[in-house]
Amino acid sequence: MELLAFGKTGWGDELFIATLMTLAVSITAILIGFLFALIFTPLKLSKNKILNLIANCYTTVIRGVPELLVIYLFFFGGSGAVMYVASIFGYNDYIEINAFITGSFAIGIISGAYSTEVFRGAIQSIDKGQFEASKVLGLKKPIHFFKVIMPQMLRLAIPNLSNVWQITLKDTSLISVTGLVEIMRQSYIAAGSTRDPLFFYSFAAVLYLLLTFLSMKFINRLEIKYSKGY
Amino acid sequence: MISSFPKLLNATLITLKLLSVSLIVGLILGILFSIMRINKNLIINKLAYGYSYFFRGTPLLVQIFIIYFGLGQLEFIRSSFLWIFLKEPYWCAIIAFSLNTGAYTSEILRSAFETIKPGLIEAGKSLGIQSKIIFFKIQIPIAIRQSLPAYGNEIILMLKGTSLASTVTLMDLTGVAKYIISTTFKPIEVFIVAGGIYLFLTFLIHNLIKFLEKKYSF
Repeated sequence: MELLAFGKTGWGDELFIATLMTLAVSITAILIGFLFALIFTPLKLSKNKILNLIANCYTTVIRGVPELLVIYLFFFGGSGAVMYVASIFGYNDYIEINAFITGSFAIGIISGAYSTEVFRGAIQSIDKGQFEASKVLGLKKPIHFFKVIMPQMLRLAIPNLSNVWQITLKDTSLISVTGLVEIMRQSYIAAGSTRDPLFFYSFAAVLYLLLTFLSMKFINRLEIKYSKGY
Repeated sequence: MISSFPKLLNATLITLKLLSVSLIVGLILGILFSIMRINKNLIINKLAYGYSYFFRGTPLLVQIFIIYFGLGQLEFIRSSFLWIFLKEPYWCAIIAFSLNTGAYTSEILRSAFETIKPGLIEAGKSLGIQSKIIFFKIQIPIAIRQSLPAYGNEIILMLKGTSLASTVTLMDLTGVAKYIISTTFKPIEVFIVAGGIYLFLTFLIHNLIKFLEKKYSF
């Protein structure tokens, strides 16, 4: 237990901060994922074949390629791409992107592909009558979407979104390869300097279990909240 | 872009080897643990649940690191015959992947067993068929058919999971891709080739499962 002491003698405080970092990356990533889903779900459902194809390419490629490969692409290619865009606007200095941003963006794009599929499935399983009814009532488009479709969609999507959250949370461990100090990276550092990898990696496993366990409890509550009235 | 192709194809063989060995071992583990899960004995049941909860609740990366870096620390493992396997990153990766996919497979099979209508088993019983034969001839074939789509997803997830072998020094497809990227600084080209190979494999697995689903549908 000495190894986990807070302060200078142990790794407790470092691991605690690393856990917060994991949570921060996961939440940022899943929100970025929702943004992507917000863009690509309408494309997936659209009747335009080209838009459809774009969205299908996105979800198929991202879901078919290992997460680690996507992270390497962003890690090695990210600053190059940003510098290229900046050079168009006449800025030619070296730009380094922070590991947090690259990491959460990479994981966000991955989680966005899964979220898109979840939202598509949820919208498609809403009864057709609901769409027609709100059209017949002459509801405006935003009201139709936010007041009629969205609440029903969320109820159907939350159980699957909890899976997406779990995948996202576990994927953040892969960002450790880019040097961002989250649970995995911190355990790696601690294991290296104390020569006790078994203890620290097992402790990392416990931390992840704790995170998944607690978030499941929270999501179950949300599920109950959104299934009110059914 | 073209010069890196043969190297990546070579590495694909390692990826496929890792995938096939761990899928076979994982399937055996999955069958064992799913049978434990439908057992009514509480201790056996909880044991299998704990196994699947642990391996599904933690990242695969942690599991590989525990097995590769962690287990070597224990003196009694280093002096036992297990060390022959555990000192090789290849076997460590396979052990981690097998245990991981075994956990997911056991859940898939368990839910397949649970969706079998009790009427089918009762019908078998009332015809006087032995419970062993009911299990092997009625429950297992139905469970296999039920779990095919989910198992197909699991194979694809495992294909992507094998990319983590590159973190324990194995030069699989992702490992070689990373090596080429870091020496040539051409991330996009390499990503297109390596990603294309992965997509092609995913496509093959997807179609194979579809074919099997059609063949075994009733």
